[in-house]
Amino acid sequence: MNKKKDGECNMNFDITVRQINTDEEFDKYLKENSSAVVCAGRWGPMCIPVYKAMEQLELEDQYKDVAFLVVNFDIRAANRVRIAPQCRSFRGLPFTVYYKDGELVHATSSIQSKQQLEDNVATYLK
Amino acid sequence: MYDVIIVGGGPAGFSAALYCARANLNTLLIERQAPGGQMSTTEVLENYPGLAEPISGSEIAFAMEKQAKKFGATTINDDVIEVDIENKIKIVKTAKQIYQTKTIILAMGAVPKMIGLQKEKEFMGLGVSYCAICDGSFYYDQSVAIIGGGDTALVDAIYLSRICKKIYIIHRRNELRGSKYLQKKIKKDDKIEIVWDTVIDEIIGETQLEGIKVKNVKTNVIKDIQVEGIFVAIGAKPSTELVKNKVALNDEGYIISDNDMNTNIPGIFVAGDIREKTLRQVITAAADGAIAAHVAEQYIVKENI
Repeated sequence: MNKKKDGECNMNFDITVRQINTDEEFDKYLKENSSAVVCAGRWGPMCIPVYKAMEQLELEDQYKDVAFLVVNFDIRAANRVRIAPQCRSFRGLPFTVYYKDGELVHATSSIQSKQQLEDNVATYLK
Repeated sequence: MYDVIIVGGGPAGFSAALYCARANLNTLLIERQAPGGQMSTTEVLENYPGLAEPISGSEIAFAMEKQAKKFGATTINDDVIEVDIENKIKIVKTAKQIYQTKTIILAMGAVPKMIGLQKEKEFMGLGVSYCAICDGSFYYDQSVAIIGGGDTALVDAIYLSRICKKIYIIHRRNELRGSKYLQKKIKKDDKIEIVWDTVIDEIIGETQLEGIKVKNVKTNVIKDIQVEGIFVAIGAKPSTELVKNKVALNDEGYIISDNDMNTNIPGIFVAGDIREKTLRQVITAAADGAIAAHVAEQYIVKENI
């Protein structure tokens, strides 16, 4: 990751899922996509499997209406995830949050399997 | 076609990639996560020769990758889902591609073991963790318990003592298995308390971990310990799903090999924590990788493939 002067930093995770770098981008993605899954994490052993599962889901036709996004847990753009009431009791990275029409409707902590992501998309975003 | 495909990007894999590349073998390393494997969850790597100054496992992992690439190895991020190893030319299928190769070095490493308690899985990220570096910061000025008594448990305790107000080490024996150097550090630390001869019996909490019940294995006395989180460090299990029923494994699931890293299948070599051996450390993984690379090169020459 490359640090910028203003405290933001460019994500440089080696993944194909779109990565959010600023608050403005976060707002834009939520406005453009009525269903979105955002994973806030680091480049750690519990986070990467979630990114990888998201990469796979993104390629599947049935999820073409869902935006899969990743945000670095340590940048300002991740604040809204970090401080979300649904994440208050979370103590394990990554935080994965589900947005329906811009509203945070579900959140999970720590590693999630592809199946768990699919189940949550089916339950909360359909 | 590749001369060698290395599955796994920990110290064993990168060492193998470095030696293969320097031997002018057409080398591909496939890692499904970030470089480093288990090493990347180590805050400070203190027991690798030459590293007198503190360096994290993650930093050295990226340096190892850079070094292997510098000499011509290709490294990619992908999931190996199947290997076909019966014929002279081996096939490696990933989530994205199918590759042909003359040899394979298996270096998938190992992953942390779970205790097997009720609520353990449910409370992952809600008080149950397997990575102190990843999740330690969520426990600032709180009390935590570490389950285990080996090097990982002791290193985790030392790391967490800078963040947490109290650390219990729950250990089933009356002596620690970790290195004497780490034991000395632990004993000097007032925040760390070792609970001897004790196992965790139950995770307490409705929606998140609120404490644990522990049992003394000698007296069978059960008591509650109030902690906000537990860190599980009871060892690792080998990541051998990919080659189950394809190469010989021991009863614990580790790949059986000789001292030259040969498995029971010609052209398939092994390196690192995934291998049956006495000491699993970064240095032994790196040494395995170098040997596996050398023997793979000899195999290619001898078989004239």
